[in-house]
Amino acid sequence: MAAKNGGLKADENVKTEGAPAEAMRLSVRKAYKMYVGGAFIRSESGRVTQVAEASGSESRENIPRASRKDGRDAVVAARGAWDGWSGRTGYNRGQILYRLAEMLDARAEELTASLVRGGLDEKSAQAEVAATIDRVIAYAGWTDKYQSLFSSLNPVAGPHFNFTVPESMGVVAVVAPARPALLGLVGAILPIIASGNTCVVLASEADPRTALTFGECLATSDLPSGVVNLLTGSVAEVLPHLAKHMEIAALDLHGVDAAVSRAAEEQGAANVKRVRVRTLGEAEWFDAAATESPRWIERFVELKTIWHPAGQ
Amino acid sequence: MAHGNGNGSGSGNGGEKAAPVGGRGGRYPSFEAPTVDKVMVEERAAALGKRSLKKQTKVAGLKLAISMMDLTTLEGKDSAGKVRQMAQKARSPSADPSVPPCAAVCVYPNLVPVAKRALEGSTVKVASVSTAFPSGLSPLSIKLADVRQAIELGADEIDMVIDRGAMLSGEYNAVFDEIAATKEACGEVHLKVILETGELGSYDVVRKASQIAMLAGGDFIKTSTGKIVPAATPPVTLVMLEAIRDYYYATGKRIGMKPAGGIRTAKQALHYLVMVKETLGDAWLNNEMFRFGASTLLNDVLMQLEKERTGAYQGGDYFSKD
Amino acid sequence: MSTKEIAGASPPKEAKAEAKRAASKAVGMAFGDAWTYAPAPEASDHIKLQPRYELFLGGTWRAPESKAYFDTVNPATEEKLAEVAEASAKDVDLAVQAARTGYEKYWSKLRPLDRGKYLFRIARALQEKAREFAIVETMDGGKPIKESRDVDVPLAAAHFFYYAGWADKLEHAFPGRNPRALGVAGQVIPWNFPLLMAAWKLAPALAAGNTCVLKPAETTPLTALMLAKLIEEADLPPGVVNIVTGAGATGAALVGHPGVDKVAFTGSTDVGKKIQRALAGTKKKLTLELGGKAANIIFADAPLDQAVEGIIGGIFFNQGHVCCAGSRLLVEEGIHDVLMRKLKDRMATIRLGDPLDKNTDIGAINSRMQLDKIRELVAAGEKEGASRFSAPCAIPERGYWFAPTLFTGVSQSHRIAREEIFGPVLSVLTFRTPEEAVEKANNTMYGLSAGIWTDKGSKSFWVAQRLKAGVIWANTFNKFDPSSPFGGYKESGFGREGGRQGLLSYLEVD
Repeated sequence: MAAKNGGLKADENVKTEGAPAEAMRLSVRKAYKMYVGGAFIRSESGRVTQVAEASGSESRENIPRASRKDGRDAVVAARGAWDGWSGRTGYNRGQILYRLAEMLDARAEELTASLVRGGLDEKSAQAEVAATIDRVIAYAGWTDKYQSLFSSLNPVAGPHFNFTVPESMGVVAVVAPARPALLGLVGAILPIIASGNTCVVLASEADPRTALTFGECLATSDLPSGVVNLLTGSVAEVLPHLAKHMEIAALDLHGVDAAVSRAAEEQGAANVKRVRVRTLGEAEWFDAAATESPRWIERFVELKTIWHPAGQ
Repeated sequence: MAHGNGNGSGSGNGGEKAAPVGGRGGRYPSFEAPTVDKVMVEERAAALGKRSLKKQTKVAGLKLAISMMDLTTLEGKDSAGKVRQMAQKARSPSADPSVPPCAAVCVYPNLVPVAKRALEGSTVKVASVSTAFPSGLSPLSIKLADVRQAIELGADEIDMVIDRGAMLSGEYNAVFDEIAATKEACGEVHLKVILETGELGSYDVVRKASQIAMLAGGDFIKTSTGKIVPAATPPVTLVMLEAIRDYYYATGKRIGMKPAGGIRTAKQALHYLVMVKETLGDAWLNNEMFRFGASTLLNDVLMQLEKERTGAYQGGDYFSKD
Repeated sequence: MSTKEIAGASPPKEAKAEAKRAASKAVGMAFGDAWTYAPAPEASDHIKLQPRYELFLGGTWRAPESKAYFDTVNPATEEKLAEVAEASAKDVDLAVQAARTGYEKYWSKLRPLDRGKYLFRIARALQEKAREFAIVETMDGGKPIKESRDVDVPLAAAHFFYYAGWADKLEHAFPGRNPRALGVAGQVIPWNFPLLMAAWKLAPALAAGNTCVLKPAETTPLTALMLAKLIEEADLPPGVVNIVTGAGATGAALVGHPGVDKVAFTGSTDVGKKIQRALAGTKKKLTLELGGKAANIIFADAPLDQAVEGIIGGIFFNQGHVCCAGSRLLVEEGIHDVLMRKLKDRMATIRLGDPLDKNTDIGAINSRMQLDKIRELVAAGEKEGASRFSAPCAIPERGYWFAPTLFTGVSQSHRIAREEIFGPVLSVLTFRTPEEAVEKANNTMYGLSAGIWTDKGSKSFWVAQRLKAGVIWANTFNKFDPSSPFGGYKESGFGREGGRQGLLSYLEVD
């Protein structure tokens, strides 16, 4: 690589095609940070991973490598956010998700570029971003409707008014699928938060950059801090601590190795966690009818039945 | 109609119980009060906060609010110097002669003489907290001595606290008796009864406590000590205003109202005045019948008055911090 | 000495009650001038109404074939606001054709999620232009700015948001029933909530995949026309929403048009019956949302001061121009007097006046015609022997106004207890037992709504199960939400608007 322009190397952040040499500008490189409790942070351990560029060029980003303490802190944030989030009206949660779609749409180019750097071709990246935005719109529409589908008035044999209503569970620990790094991440989170739960997410190890860029969209979407917490690093290292954590109500594991998921489920039994293990093929994530079904929400609600006499 | 609830029955706070006072012939009046729907009362209080108060309404309201303030300092570190300065502010809040003095200052008993001297020649009264404020959890004899001494030291008004533990365990007769005994110790001195609404748990209990306080002889009912959160809120004040209204219709007697604590802005103060105006009307829109327990509120009101006068938003440094 | 005297008992019961009554006559609340509110007008000079509005057909604005226009007037000032096109039968025909084209060429071919996205755009834009819509709604219809700003416009936006979310979820709403759009919907709406009624009609119809021809009421066309402009700016395909302004004849032409697959009407029971007769034997689907004479039942164990708010809001909100208004107060006999005292005190603080003043609680009656109707029924009430109390309001010189009024000593047979007044007039009747309350509440040809006030949950449920009304409010009143189905029993109409159930009106299902 011949050094051009006084020592400045060709930098992937700079558009050099067709630009005269004197016009090359020095980029300001983004520090990728995890999104926890509404703030952007490095790992408390100070560790980072250098994630390889898909194109094979020298990687320059240092992605935080979360420790178990980061996991612990994220759970505190998520638990603290739960009462407020579940206490909001469905309408309000829908408004916020709609705003998230607006933010994603505004950043469509940036997200596409990130997916490309993570290994996709341009066309697939665009398709994934479009599908992600549509997914958010779909779930924005669910927040005040799934209740009509899961609730019931039960015709008990007696003079009692008896009804069943769904309620959120609490903090859910999520392992996002490795791919699709954006659609899978967002598609896993949406049914959880649409129904009033909060989450701690271990992002794709294959493309953590895109996950953290998504965190920036969350931060500008009016979503209250702590509702979604994104951690990057080694799933194998952090998951066991979340699986054992007594404050976590449920586990949602995507594309996790069978031995790992079994271990997590065994550890989760300590406080009877609700555990879901799924492995969707990449293409399956694009199936809207399947992934925007209310059954995805149903997995993250508890059902409460109330009796009340109807006499004078 | 004798009330069934236990009087001095073992549970609750230790120490002496007030001698049962009750009503005529040793029987207690009925403490029955209507229940309160939380959702609706909060909606109504919020709706009253949407009144748009412009120009002369705003100015008149702000001046009225100043005239209703009990400027308060109730800190362990209160000293003669602090109280003197606050008293000066109360008697002369602004160089503008159209701005009235405050209604009173509110202090701990030991600071009453200082306040009294500093307010000589003014219309500003000296209110003293009493009855082992803020908890009230001392033996009755001590609480009544607290009242008598405060009056001896020169207090014009006494702010007492009710027994919240007794209230929450349903010992209404005991609550009544303590208030009645305190009123007796006050003699002619004006008595405010602090319910400490933030500890009472529901509007229903606040309504009932208001009823008991008025029946037992309180001249004013007051929301809070200001030592816990929540202190005064618009809906809890509305509940108490409605209690005052019902009591007035039943007996012809007008009881005063004092929200205290958490009222920091002019906008909040005006909201309270709207509630008084639209619930109780003209007869309560004066400082004989309504007070604000506040400290930082005064400066925000003065700032708003200045803004109305000049058209410019004000800065904090232009108003004395006493 | 009698045993009573020995025991030192209190004076006999009757003397006590007498003393109490005497005391209560002497005392009273003085809501006077100790501190009055200065005028607080909503700034409206940035509002630019067009001098003339055309019809909105097939995505464009066009003059009516008849070249006829009619005036719309501000009922608070009697001033003309604008000229509005009068759609003839020919115009209606063009509108229905445009809707048919819009359906076949565009709307039915769209991905359902994209239909939803269009509706989200409308909802968003309505939020952004909320203030403008609120002001025009107040000017055109007479309702207080406080209500159009805080109730009408936000609810209208919420309806679009809510139904936007159903567009791609119809299969889940009616699993296994193959839900499909009906085609073209002809919708006729009233003048009491002009924008909100437009939202209630358009949002579910569009979400379900239909296209619409909407006829707003002749005294309140403006916000529907502004909505059309907003829909145009949201880039909805042409013909998906069409607005035909006009009066009764325009509405008749629309509901009678053979190209309309579905008719939705909100308005008076009389007109509803006419429409039902006109549609008999046709294949057109019909839903009707008609009048009401709701009973608001207050038990002695109600949270009383909040019940007062519920009663006041129930009948004086929107000047009583509400189909589900709580126009009959059924009060348990024992608390009748205390409740009347509280109601009269509360009525003394109601502010009647310029609807654009932010402190106005009760605005103008929508039209001269409606004012005459109210006066006629009130006169009947007085003639039939009920006792009238009207709040002491200063009535402005120009405009149509009626002071909040209540009648006591009303019986079931009085006209003011049976006929819908559609104005700020409350009829008060008493009852003794829950059964009697239910019987009296149900003793009407209407069945839209009802209110129940009691602190006892079991009594609340017991009464609710027995009332023949489509919407029941317990310890609250006049609460609306897009997710909550609304509609009547009996002559208050059939079909529901709102919620998952509200979609059924606009779908064919197996």
